Amino acid sequence: MKPVAVVSGRAVPLDRSDVDTDQIIPSDWLKRVERTGFGKGLFAEWRDDRGFVLNDPAYAGATVLVAASNFGTGSSREHAVWALMDYGFEAVVATSFGDIFRNNCTKQGLVPVEVTPEVDRAILDAVGGDPSLLVTVDVARGTVECGDIQAPFTLDEFTRQRLLHGWDDIGLTLRHGEGITSFEAARPPWFPSAAAPQTG
Amino acid sequence: MTAPASSGRTLFDKVWDAHVVRSGGDEPDLLYIDLHLVHEVTSPQAFDGLRLAGRRVRRPDLTLATADHNVPTTGTVVTDPVSARQLEVLDANCAEFGIRCFPMGDANQGIVHVIGPELGLTQPGTTVVCGDSHTSTHGAFGALAFGIGTSEVEHVLATQTLPQVRPSAMAVSIDGEAPEGVTAKDLALAVIGRIGTGGGFGHVIEYRGDAVRALSMEGRLTLCNMSIEGGARAGMVAPDDTTFAYLEGRPHAPNGRAWDQAIEWWRSLPTDADATFAKEVRLDAATLVPHVTWGTNPAQVARIDGAVPDPEELSEAAAREAASRALAYMGLVPGTPMREIPVDTVFLGSCTNSRIEDFRAAAAVLEGRRVHDGVRALVVPGSHRVKAQAEDEGLDRVFLSAGFEWREPGCSMCLGMNPDKLAPGERCASTSNRNFEGRQGRGGRTHLVSPAVAAATAVAGHFAAPSDLPSRVAR
Repeated sequence: MKPVAVVSGRAVPLDRSDVDTDQIIPSDWLKRVERTGFGKGLFAEWRDDRGFVLNDPAYAGATVLVAASNFGTGSSREHAVWALMDYGFEAVVATSFGDIFRNNCTKQGLVPVEVTPEVDRAILDAVGGDPSLLVTVDVARGTVECGDIQAPFTLDEFTRQRLLHGWDDIGLTLRHGEGITSFEAARPPWFPSAAAPQTG
Repeated sequence: MTAPASSGRTLFDKVWDAHVVRSGGDEPDLLYIDLHLVHEVTSPQAFDGLRLAGRRVRRPDLTLATADHNVPTTGTVVTDPVSARQLEVLDANCAEFGIRCFPMGDANQGIVHVIGPELGLTQPGTTVVCGDSHTSTHGAFGALAFGIGTSEVEHVLATQTLPQVRPSAMAVSIDGEAPEGVTAKDLALAVIGRIGTGGGFGHVIEYRGDAVRALSMEGRLTLCNMSIEGGARAGMVAPDDTTFAYLEGRPHAPNGRAWDQAIEWWRSLPTDADATFAKEVRLDAATLVPHVTWGTNPAQVARIDGAVPDPEELSEAAAREAASRALAYMGLVPGTPMREIPVDTVFLGSCTNSRIEDFRAAAAVLEGRRVHDGVRALVVPGSHRVKAQAEDEGLDRVFLSAGFEWREPGCSMCLGMNPDKLAPGERCASTSNRNFEGRQGRGGRTHLVSPAVAAATAVAGHFAAPSDLPSRVAR
């Protein structure tokens, strides 16, 4: 993935809790075998509503999405992250994230910015009132800023370094190849194999 | 496979510790994966990644694929060319990388979370992953099983491991005896109603207590399946004689001396008496009744003897707003008794409730009864094996004579990636796991229920428990 150090841009306030991955990218879009082109499907059903915030021209070109609690709950579809990034988002601010969605974000370089409910509310209100306000997410410092608001966000150190350097996870793991091989050698014999069972 | 001989470990701790390839430093633990299940939707881009990097699949023998999300349930003709292409790509990738695959029509094909257990591949103390959030299902065997995204699918294909931040253990204890008519699905919905969609964040749930011990393997699979809807990474039930009896003799279960060794280890896995949990929730099964969701997330749930709630009565602003939005989408009026809500469609299937026991429970309600006029009702078995067993037991005939459609196996209307969808505004009693907006088709309205309630609802035409139905006419 591409390294990401600072995200700074205008932000879309999506003041809803429990925004599930079925809303972020409806299942019809999951039939595709490619990794690109999902931006058109982002919030496809909600975007049919002209009043939906993403249809507001004042927020065109925004790179930060600000939601409420439990953003990305539900299905494991990484397509949700691909859709958000393909649309142009580089960071998502919320008070909590669906576990698998959060993992998927950090594999792709979409920064999950987990803040307190007070900070989240303040940013939602700020960008809701002034679409031109910039939100700045600093991965190295672990801070998010918007107007007068400045707050830390939660990110474990390993994920921070991975984002900053754009490290390839598989490459990191393959450094431990010998460890994996010796672990395999010690696996008990009764553990399952998916190979076709011998028929007698 | 040795772990520090410290006392007081939970089931989760024991399984985790037994799979740590390395730990320490700033990196998360590197976990070994015993079984990687693959399906057509979340794998194509992972195989592309392997090809781009010139990598191979490290352990094809620990990897199994099947087609489930896109498959039609009325035959084997895939009318959507995009779906057809995805199914072909799975077959081609499995052939290229040497992975065993059960394609559409194969005698072993079915929903990935149904076939793992029924083949005896899902075993106590193992780690199981799949690019599907309902991988938590497999925790019913005391396995640590969780859903992963496509990047992680590629990671496991390439390395058979995953770097993972260690979650905490959470106990959900369901004590007492569930009254007749209260099923594993109702326990799952009651738990999520209690803890909320984020109640399990950062935790692996261990389901404990008499009501859990009393469940069959099918029931435990249903309960663990919905752990993800409560925000948990995974759900687990300690293995016991019920688990061992289910596994013995299955195609991939150990046998002979390996079986004896396995049992000895499996018996050491349950949580130690002096272990502690980071979080604990207790429910009394004796107080429960069947549950029905009313909203657009699984925590928006009511007792069947209850009514659609009034958002104005909720104390928290965010919950109030979410409930108002949900009721508008669902077309429901606060105060309406759940039993007075009419349905258009009944769907019996999905990785939550498409196993033989689910069908026996539904068929017991439907025997000698008819689906209400105007209600569309379909049964979609979880696998070809379930379908064959149900047909051996004559359950298909019960469903068909009641007016249900008897379909081919697959994920089907749980998420509508195949032609089985709801029309806009259509209301469905569904045994699946998610009542999200549009989940079963754009504009569709989903209410989650147990198989028994689904069957009774099909007969009544509105939400009903089996005990609500008038007596059958004697023949």
